[in-house]
Amino acid sequence: MRAKERLVAVARCQLAGLLAVAGSAVGSLVVLALLLLPVGVGFWLLVPGATTLRSLSDRSRERATRWTGTRITPPEPYSGDHSWSRRRRAGAILAAEGFWRDLAWAWLEPWVGGFLVGVPLGFLWYGGFGALVQPFVWPLLGPDNWYAFVPVEDTPTMLAALVLGVVFMAAGLLLAPPILRLHGRWTRRLLSVPRRTEMVRRIAHLTDTRAEVLDVQAAELRRIERDLHDGAQARLVSLGLTLDSATRLLDSDPAAARKLLLEVAETSARALEDLRNLVHGIHPPVLADRGLGDAVRSLALDSFLDVGVDVRLSGRLPSPVESAAYFAVGELLANAAKHAAAREVAIVLDHDGGRLRVTVTDDGRGGADPAKGTGLRGLRRRLESFDGVLTLHSPPGGPTTATLEIPCALSSPKTSSC
Amino acid sequence: MRVVLAEDLFLLRDGLTRTLREHGCDVVASVDNGPSLLRALLEDEPDVAVVDVRLPPTYTDEGLQAALEARRRRPGLPVLVLSQYVDQLYANELLATGDGAVGYLLKDRVTDTAQFVDAVRRVAAGGTVMDPQVITKLLTRSQARGMIDSLTPRELDVLEMMAEGRSNVAIAATLHFSESAVAKHTANIFAKLRIAPSADDNRRVLAVLAYLKR
Repeated sequence: MRAKERLVAVARCQLAGLLAVAGSAVGSLVVLALLLLPVGVGFWLLVPGATTLRSLSDRSRERATRWTGTRITPPEPYSGDHSWSRRRRAGAILAAEGFWRDLAWAWLEPWVGGFLVGVPLGFLWYGGFGALVQPFVWPLLGPDNWYAFVPVEDTPTMLAALVLGVVFMAAGLLLAPPILRLHGRWTRRLLSVPRRTEMVRRIAHLTDTRAEVLDVQAAELRRIERDLHDGAQARLVSLGLTLDSATRLLDSDPAAARKLLLEVAETSARALEDLRNLVHGIHPPVLADRGLGDAVRSLALDSFLDVGVDVRLSGRLPSPVESAAYFAVGELLANAAKHAAAREVAIVLDHDGGRLRVTVTDDGRGGADPAKGTGLRGLRRRLESFDGVLTLHSPPGGPTTATLEIPCALSSPKTSSC
Repeated sequence: MRVVLAEDLFLLRDGLTRTLREHGCDVVASVDNGPSLLRALLEDEPDVAVVDVRLPPTYTDEGLQAALEARRRRPGLPVLVLSQYVDQLYANELLATGDGAVGYLLKDRVTDTAQFVDAVRRVAAGGTVMDPQVITKLLTRSQARGMIDSLTPRELDVLEMMAEGRSNVAIAATLHFSESAVAKHTANIFAKLRIAPSADDNRRVLAVLAYLKR
């Protein structure tokens, strides 16, 4: 497993090197465009050049995140579309701070990034030559053939070079993962927007989601008020009225009074039922008692589908996160049954130290699109107030995998007092 | 019959104690929290325990945990668990602690005292008692999955009551059938669902529950 990870790291170094070369090529084109701006031709070149460069740098950001977990905040996309004049679009690009950042990256990445990833690759390739190629070709290489500091002249020196080659290859494999992490940090330094911009964006996001949370909460309170008013409260009023009639009939018509009292018993049972459903909708008791894992197991038991639940959580999550994740899973399960016509569902709950990850996979017909269904859109909005994200992979024909991630801490398991 | 009662709300505890005494039960201990419940279950050697799921100090499923723990240490200790809300997960956990002598009912059911005391007696005698709401959910699920399509509406009614843990006599009385008619229906149900029939009432409940939980 570890050896496989190292090989993957080597392949990634190779890919990063190629991307650096591509970046520098596009970077040169963009500089050419800048030089040609005074004669007008530059405007033709700048827009495609800059957008290509952006797609390359975006790829580099996304790779750094995927490979090393280094989060890199991308700049705003360039403003303007095809309806804008070329000059106006070029102006917007030149005014964008992200453009100059991309350009600096295109020029520096081949030198610094390329050098970084070149170290493990160099060791590996040179080691590979010494260990795998040279043993067969050394007689053809002439009398002045050196491998590193070993003059390869006969079989013993060839074998020494072979051992050295193996050592070099091992060094390359050993170095690849840490170098890749270093490269991720370097990429972040070059390509992430400045801290200030990140903060401004964060504040705007918080303001939005805060307003949203308040709206949702107010709507929820109104719903609870309405449910109480139309449900339990109304039943209690009718209960009082029936009891009053029964009291008056008690002497004159005991049989009728008895019938009314039976009605009272039934109404009170209904009122309890209403309250129970209401409480369950606010915060399911099993969630409060046992936490997310068992609450999802309970959902699975109630579902009409075959639901497998794999809980890999070693403790409790913050209560609002548990609640949000629970209702999200409930909605995804309902979707799988209703829209996807699925039969089997697999749910995995996992926490990687920084975030809760829930994946819900069904074997239904796929083709789910958050842009179409209000349910998924609402789900995504509700998760946003936790900085949570919902990713949906649902090709036509299925299977559908929904992954939701919510950043949160995991507290140590609660110790039972009995 | 010696009963241990666990309920944290004074009014309910008082009412339940009175009801049980009126029906000739001896309430040997009535406790209001999880740790004392576990102690009472293990030390007072009751014939049956009536336990509220939610108890102090944590106000989570403390009562259920104590009941499960006591049944792990004393297999077959009869426990009837009451809850404001029934959950299939808790029902399964109770059923998993051994065959029979276990019950799980909504708290509302205590208002029908005759039925409630009957349930307590059945659990004390080693029977299995499940709340109609648990069974309704199980039946709806089985229906949606096409597991009980072959049954007639009458047979479904009988199946429902069997799963709740009722005896043939009780089923006959409720559905206004003769006992032999109920016996015929149950034989049909077992044949159609391919469940091995059993003369023992409790084995029969467990077999039906196992089928519905599939």
